[in-house]
Amino acid sequence: MFDLDKWQEILATIKKNKLRTFLTGFSVAWGIFMLIILLGSGNGLQNGFEAQFRGAAKNSLWIWTGRTSVAHGGMNPGRPIRFTNSDYEDLKNNFARTEHISGRFNIWWGNQVTFNNEVHSFGIRNVHPDYQKIEALTITGGRYINHLDLKERRKVTVISTLVRDILFKDKAEEAIGKYILVNGIPFKVVGFFEDQSRNENNMRLIYIPITTAQTVFSGGNRLHEISMTIKANTLEEAQQAEKEVRSRLAAVHNFDENDRRALGTWNSFENYMQMQSIFKGIRLFIWIIGIGTIIAGIVGVSNIMIIVVKERTREIGVRKALGATPFSVVSLILFESVIITTFAGYVGLVLGVGLLELLSGIDTQFFTNPTADFRIAVSATLLLIVAGAFAGFVPARKAASIKPIEALRDE
Amino acid sequence: MISLRNIHKSYEMGKNSLHVLKGIDLNIEKGEMVSIMGSSGSGKSTLLNILGILDNYDEGEYYLDNKPIRMLSETKSALLRNEYIGFVFQSFNLISFKNAMENVALPLYYKNVSRKKRNKIALEYLDRVGLLDWAEHMPNELSGGQKQRVAIARSLIANPKIILADEPTGALDTSTSYEVMNILRNINDEGITVLIVTHENDISRMTKRVIKLKDGLIEADYVPQPLEEIAVSA
Repeated sequence: MFDLDKWQEILATIKKNKLRTFLTGFSVAWGIFMLIILLGSGNGLQNGFEAQFRGAAKNSLWIWTGRTSVAHGGMNPGRPIRFTNSDYEDLKNNFARTEHISGRFNIWWGNQVTFNNEVHSFGIRNVHPDYQKIEALTITGGRYINHLDLKERRKVTVISTLVRDILFKDKAEEAIGKYILVNGIPFKVVGFFEDQSRNENNMRLIYIPITTAQTVFSGGNRLHEISMTIKANTLEEAQQAEKEVRSRLAAVHNFDENDRRALGTWNSFENYMQMQSIFKGIRLFIWIIGIGTIIAGIVGVSNIMIIVVKERTREIGVRKALGATPFSVVSLILFESVIITTFAGYVGLVLGVGLLELLSGIDTQFFTNPTADFRIAVSATLLLIVAGAFAGFVPARKAASIKPIEALRDE
Repeated sequence: MISLRNIHKSYEMGKNSLHVLKGIDLNIEKGEMVSIMGSSGSGKSTLLNILGILDNYDEGEYYLDNKPIRMLSETKSALLRNEYIGFVFQSFNLISFKNAMENVALPLYYKNVSRKKRNKIALEYLDRVGLLDWAEHMPNELSGGQKQRVAIARSLIANPKIILADEPTGALDTSTSYEVMNILRNINDEGITVLIVTHENDISRMTKRVIKLKDGLIEADYVPQPLEEIAVSA
């Protein structure tokens, strides 16, 4: 039902009641604006946290050794515990919950990486092929370490794109196949990786096959750490797997399985669950505030509509005396309210999205890329429009049904 | 034109019922100019409201232009008001955010006349009441007499058969009152029935028939002695 004349009548009314229009519109625009900012900051917070977490698989288990702190099996405390390749083999082949597993052999000295005249210090990680999955590394060129590298103890290395750019500068494309010196020993570059976490420390790294490193840097069969991902769907399963790993290693190395100084473990599943509950909390918080904002907007619109109808009672009376039907009176008031709330809601939407757009450059550890769910914002606007219309409808119908003579009575 | 038979009307006032009209019989022919008089509480405003289809009555019969007016829906009565009746109020009741021309044009809006056309007609009617130059003025820029003239133009624009005026001069000084009455008389001369509620004797003497109400009944119905000298001062 499009009636140009009706719209002109409504627009004329709006134009000539600027303050009223502004007040109605402002409460709507403000509500929507605040909602979008809230949703956006909530998402920014969550994005920030998630990016922090993206660096590693969520079901990973990290194990490292130390010295015993309690006497066990007739041995004194203070005895060092050491992993060897056989611990890795045992967990890989005989432990049912292992998904991916890698040992780590650390080099504590040097870390000097050289190409031509570029001499830099980068972290050197000596690992098994599965490590790529545990750290969730993205290979952007070439390949990662493979089993043949390990078997043949090849002197190959996988470097980060950051290391590549530092060492090779503008000749980055030609890096694969080139040799770089690691602590003076030449290694052939076979691939590049990127770490998805935003931590730069995870990018100042190169990876070397663990067997090669053990040979070249005289490590024998020594492992410093074992990293693995476990088959677990719940926190309980993850904790159970962790416990089994501890008791298995405790039996082999003869220490108390509850001795956390002898064997350190870190289970990312627990951390993941904590993160999830933080996200849940943030989301709940945003929803509570968001719903509060919407309710405030609805109350604001309702209030103004009630006042508008009261203020216009006499006008309605005049219109009725001049031949306005109840329908035309109700629709006059409702359409006005709907036009104002729609327009103002749209303005709030645009302003809010615009501000988020300005803020989208922000990229810190805890606040990243704030975006609002557009559907939610649009539904909130629609909700406000409907609420405004409903809030106007009740008093408008009342005003339309009272006798013109009562509306016109001189006070 | 108007025919009332034994009209009764009561108002519920809490638990009490106030019997305002206690059986009104009245005939008004086309082209009459009638004033309804009475003290406050006599029922004259109630009678006007019933005549104007602004209010229902409890008992009796009301024929307007030979059509029975009884238990109409709001929509139906709005259409009848629009077609038959033009209202003039004591407090003018112009819409404050519309200029004189738009106020005059408003009844045609409810007759679905296009904006351009109704504004053009409105200007003609403003010309008739001598306010063509004030067409673009807002009501708060007009004097009381001018406002009432705008209101009269508005009541005329939809070509009503009857003009109902509720104390049209109640808020005006004497000379302005006479101006307004002159306009109403001119309207009546064109054949439109005019009903005026008033409590002023000199106003009633400018009409052709006076109906006096008292306690909800017609006390007297007579032709008044015309006011010889109508002082119209500038």
